[in-house]
Amino acid sequence: MKHVIAVLVENKPGVLARVSTMFARRGFNIHSLTVGPTEDPTLSRMTVVVDGPEMEQIVKQLYKLVHTVKVTEFEPGTAIEREIMLVRVNAGPKLRGEILDAARVCEAKAVDVGVTSITFEVTGPPDRLADFLQLMSTYGVTALAKSGRIALARDQKTAKTQSKSA
Amino acid sequence: MPEQLTGAQALIRSLEYEGVEVVFGMPGGAILKAYDPILESPIRHVLARHEQGAGHMASGYAHATGRVGVALVTSGPAATNLLTALQDAYMDSVPMVAITGQVATTSIGNDAFQEAHTWGMSMPATKHNSLITSADEIPDAVREAFHLASTGRKGPVLIDVPKDVLVDTMTWHRPGEINLPGYKPAVKGHPRQVKAAVDLIEQSQHPVLYVGGGVGAAGAGEELKRYAEMLNVPMVTTLMARGIFPDSHALNLGMPGMHGNYTATIAMQRSDLLITIGARFDDRITGDLKYFAPDAKVIHVDVDPAEISKNRFADIPIVGDAKAVIEQLIVETEKRGSLANRDAWLATLHDWQTTYPLEYDQDPDGPIQQQYVIEELHRITGGDATIVAGVGQHQMWASQFWGFEEPRRWINSGGLGTMGYAIPAAIGAKVGTPDEVVFAIDGDGCFQMTGSELITASVENIPIKVALLNNASLGMVKQWQTLFYDGRLSQTELSPTVPNFALFAEACGAVGLRADRPDQVAGVIEEALAINDRPVLIEFTCDPEAMVFPMVPAGGSNDDIALSREDFMSREEIA
Repeated sequence: MKHVIAVLVENKPGVLARVSTMFARRGFNIHSLTVGPTEDPTLSRMTVVVDGPEMEQIVKQLYKLVHTVKVTEFEPGTAIEREIMLVRVNAGPKLRGEILDAARVCEAKAVDVGVTSITFEVTGPPDRLADFLQLMSTYGVTALAKSGRIALARDQKTAKTQSKSA
Repeated sequence: MPEQLTGAQALIRSLEYEGVEVVFGMPGGAILKAYDPILESPIRHVLARHEQGAGHMASGYAHATGRVGVALVTSGPAATNLLTALQDAYMDSVPMVAITGQVATTSIGNDAFQEAHTWGMSMPATKHNSLITSADEIPDAVREAFHLASTGRKGPVLIDVPKDVLVDTMTWHRPGEINLPGYKPAVKGHPRQVKAAVDLIEQSQHPVLYVGGGVGAAGAGEELKRYAEMLNVPMVTTLMARGIFPDSHALNLGMPGMHGNYTATIAMQRSDLLITIGARFDDRITGDLKYFAPDAKVIHVDVDPAEISKNRFADIPIVGDAKAVIEQLIVETEKRGSLANRDAWLATLHDWQTTYPLEYDQDPDGPIQQQYVIEELHRITGGDATIVAGVGQHQMWASQFWGFEEPRRWINSGGLGTMGYAIPAAIGAKVGTPDEVVFAIDGDGCFQMTGSELITASVENIPIKVALLNNASLGMVKQWQTLFYDGRLSQTELSPTVPNFALFAEACGAVGLRADRPDQVAGVIEEALAINDRPVLIEFTCDPEAMVFPMVPAGGSNDDIALSREDFMSREEIA
């Protein structure tokens, strides 16, 4: 089962190495990991998607790192989760129209059109990316680049509306 | 007028500011600059013969004194040599600060001479580490390192200091406030959990206090004694907790686990409540977790939340400092009127102690039994010695047969099991407690790893004593080969004659003594105790066939504890 964990860390050199070394040392499996700045320049936010039955020990070990400030494990549905993907699809002249129609429905943006292929950018919740990828696999995916996931907890007050739009 | 210092001067002054009285180390290229101001500093420097030795010395010093031990070495191979000592201290939560030299910041990453990625390599072997990039950072970095090493769950912290940082000048300033927003070790336990723990204890029929090294690290020996006597509950003391509670006390059952005594090990198995304080359900204690203390609920007090429910689920977790939480437990217990009567449970345990004592047989005409040496040593010193062990059979026998009465007088490598720990750690302990008799009980295998530090002891005038139990074997491994590999001994027999340990000791500037027969044991110990101006090593030619029992086979259930070789063999036949 996949779990999404947000880790606020001090923005110090090597903090990514500390976190990834801890995961390796403790035998925890990282599915994806992203890191970037936050609204507070002294802090960075990592979003880690982890494979495993339970997160208690992982959360505790993350907290043990001196530069870890806060760890949040998101319950399913309580976070806004996003990924971005670039996917290149076989698209000869005959199929091009059909593929572009499908892409429009999936809110995928054609960012590069070549003689035999089209490259799409898809941004959104992980499900949307997965759906589009599956759809395109019938045409033949020749290259794929995917970001790790980023996530923010929903604002309690707007949780309901947010979940509708996502 | 603000004072201008080099990074090197700032480093040594920062150590002085922390109240450091001694550093253990060895100079070299990258750290050279830091060695110059040591000449003017009141800090004593003990020159080790190997950086691993320097690290274990710092650890032994920390164990014996409760203060932070400091190791100072150069870059590259010195730093990698130190890694074993760091991991050792990390596993046993020993407060240490290690300072390593590094190649100049401009050379980092260029595979410069004696460059190693110390920061990266030491990351999983330390509680925290840092690479300093400017001389200005030094006072705060040192303050932070000592703070981290000595608070919360203690442990080693490493500071990597590039050569140019030591050369650069800075304006001296005292370290500022610690700024670690993510580091807030818990002190007091949650009152609701404390109350729930007391409730559970009062409901239990067969409680056992399961006490680990964390109680010693917290300096909570007195509180523990008060609490145990108040509850009148039996206690087991793990390998890391020996001496925290007096062995002579009727409530102390001694060491449980793989080589624990029957009563301590089986008391846990039959218990319905383990009151766990500063212990971590290590595999050497639990055996196969599936079969460990099957009927017991668990109260788990630990300063490190990650230890709680890591190996065994805790019904009542209490995160906090052992001393503070035991005090809370005492206060909460005092509020209750009468406490549960434990007499029947204690009577059962005392019956077991009588039925299943630790045993060995010293034939007056046979080879010296290692246990006999330890008992004679205890008798002659009156137990008034700090015992430092390496790893293996001698370590287990020392823990089993020495009657420990005081905290900080038993020092060994528990978690990592580092052979060669005893000699350097004994040196560190003696430096920290010069008025105590410090006796390393070592094996011949262990001694050959770090015995060269005997030179350090002689030259630096650190008169440790060494009881070398020579069974011409890597004894514990040999025991396993004997029991589990049908006696097929592979690479576990060492030479019975080479080296001549007494002569080796003499060559190192120590006194070398030797006993080959049981009737020589007492005399040679008395001789050694009379020598106080130099280190002294006694080589005891011991029984190469002796084995440590009781024993729970690795990965087995603690219920399958074998009391002797015969007992073990009879089970094998049944199986």
